[in-house]
Amino acid sequence: MSLTADDVNKIAYLARLGIDTQDTESYAKDLSGMLDLVAQMSTVDTDNVVPMAHPLGQVQRLRPDQVSEENQREAFHAIAPQVEAGLFLVPKVIE
Amino acid sequence: MQWETVIGLEIHAQLATKTKIFSGASTAYGAEPNTQACAVDLGLPGVLPVLNQEVVRMAVKFGMAIEAEVADYSVFARKNYFYPDLPKGYQISQMDHPIVGIGHMDIDVDGQTKRVGVTRAHLEEDAGKSLHEDFHGLTGVDLNRAGTPLLEIVSEPDMRSAKEAVAYMRKIHELVQYLDICDGNMQEGSFRCDANVSIRPVGQEEYGTRTELKNINSFKFVEKAINIEVERQIDIIEAGGRITQETRLYDADKNETRSMRSKEEANDYRYFPDPDLLPVYISDELRAQVKADLPELAHIKRQRFIEQYKLDLETATQLTSSRQLADYFEALITESGCNAKICSNWVTVELSGALNKQNLDISQSPVTHERLAVLLKRISDNTISGKIAKQVFEIMWTSADSADAIIEAQGLKQITDSGAIEAIIDKIIADNQGQVEQYLSGKDKVFGFFVGQTMKASQGKANPGEVNKILKEKLKR
Repeated sequence: MSLTADDVNKIAYLARLGIDTQDTESYAKDLSGMLDLVAQMSTVDTDNVVPMAHPLGQVQRLRPDQVSEENQREAFHAIAPQVEAGLFLVPKVIE
Repeated sequence: MQWETVIGLEIHAQLATKTKIFSGASTAYGAEPNTQACAVDLGLPGVLPVLNQEVVRMAVKFGMAIEAEVADYSVFARKNYFYPDLPKGYQISQMDHPIVGIGHMDIDVDGQTKRVGVTRAHLEEDAGKSLHEDFHGLTGVDLNRAGTPLLEIVSEPDMRSAKEAVAYMRKIHELVQYLDICDGNMQEGSFRCDANVSIRPVGQEEYGTRTELKNINSFKFVEKAINIEVERQIDIIEAGGRITQETRLYDADKNETRSMRSKEEANDYRYFPDPDLLPVYISDELRAQVKADLPELAHIKRQRFIEQYKLDLETATQLTSSRQLADYFEALITESGCNAKICSNWVTVELSGALNKQNLDISQSPVTHERLAVLLKRISDNTISGKIAKQVFEIMWTSADSADAIIEAQGLKQITDSGAIEAIIDKIIADNQGQVEQYLSGKDKVFGFFVGQTMKASQGKANPGEVNKILKEKLKR
């Protein structure tokens, strides 16, 4: 599978990554190589193999439903760029 | 052309846990902004999610109640998108291996029962809230809601009218409350719904292009939003146009739907299994435990009420519309020792009427079942008549006094002393000789006049049984 420059730009946009135009081609090549590897693995017969959901062969540990976190708003606000009335302020997201 | 409407619903039910799905922060509603948002909810670097066991239990409970297949193991996935109220840049959700598989829910519309398929139900985390007003051109973000557990219940496109969609939504709403897994509070956003709507010519198998109506938070709006969207789609197609697959927002003020699509590209969430979370296995012990704890569901309770208490379908349906109301009714029978007929009358008429008038829920009723039981006991032991009881009930509604105290203070005790009643009756007979003549000449209806006069003269306190008996005797002569 071969990715085009447009594909790379779209992926970068979805991930909100800024990439230099001059690098687009090499990204396209590297990413295509990865997809080819996956395509190659897909050809293996896995009919009798149980799908692996996680590389650690363990079961998720669960937590009791008890409040264990205290209010640390002041500490979190201290490292935020801008706060007001208890809220975090961010650039406006709707027109 | 004849058009058929096709509707599927995605319902988001906030699970009624004490803490978030992946952190130990409280989920209590209405706290000061950001006081219940911990490092995990904020998506700070280095934190890891730890799954709340109660969330798993509640999802299994729901799965069993809709007779769905509860997965042996389920997997959490990341749904990637950027929005300020989603601090991690992804929502932890489930994609390929949801916890609850195919199930169903039966609905009743116009006397017909219809089965609606439930495709799946999966667990995910809620986002925070963005406040767009008045922060000098900035957006304020409150992350208290971020990480609140949600069960997303996805239906098959099985509904054919807005009415059916509302019926289905009501049934799911009733169910999650019966199961005690969601408080169902729509004003607070605990129970929300997106509707997928399309139309097709009657008889066509293939589905039309659908639009998704977002975040509808009342039963009334679901019906209106779907109906107005169907009209819009028919107008477009009949004018030779095509429907665009998109997300639309319902505006209740203007009663219209409008496109939410901005310049942004179509959503492309790039789901992948979340490496921070291991697969969740549902043990046989948990299944057995949940099954044993499963409460009696509404439709089963309704049937039992009809058989056990000899109630009609309508009354039984009303009483089982919420588990709390049904519990209230049964507790009232036990506590008062009165028969089911009297209790159901009081609960469905007086109590429900008073609650509706003030838009209160049964759990907020100022008259508890214990207090009402005392009142009903006073009717059955003839201390007061049913009519006076309604007066006492009205006073109880706004006062903390017991029925007994009110009856005593207002002097409402029924007159059962036949001597006193006789005195009243003698006077009425003496004053109304004309009516006595009529009665004696065979006009039986006049009897009612005497009863009315006697009750009036006694201010409603005379025991009606006694009054009837004495009147009959006296008028014979």
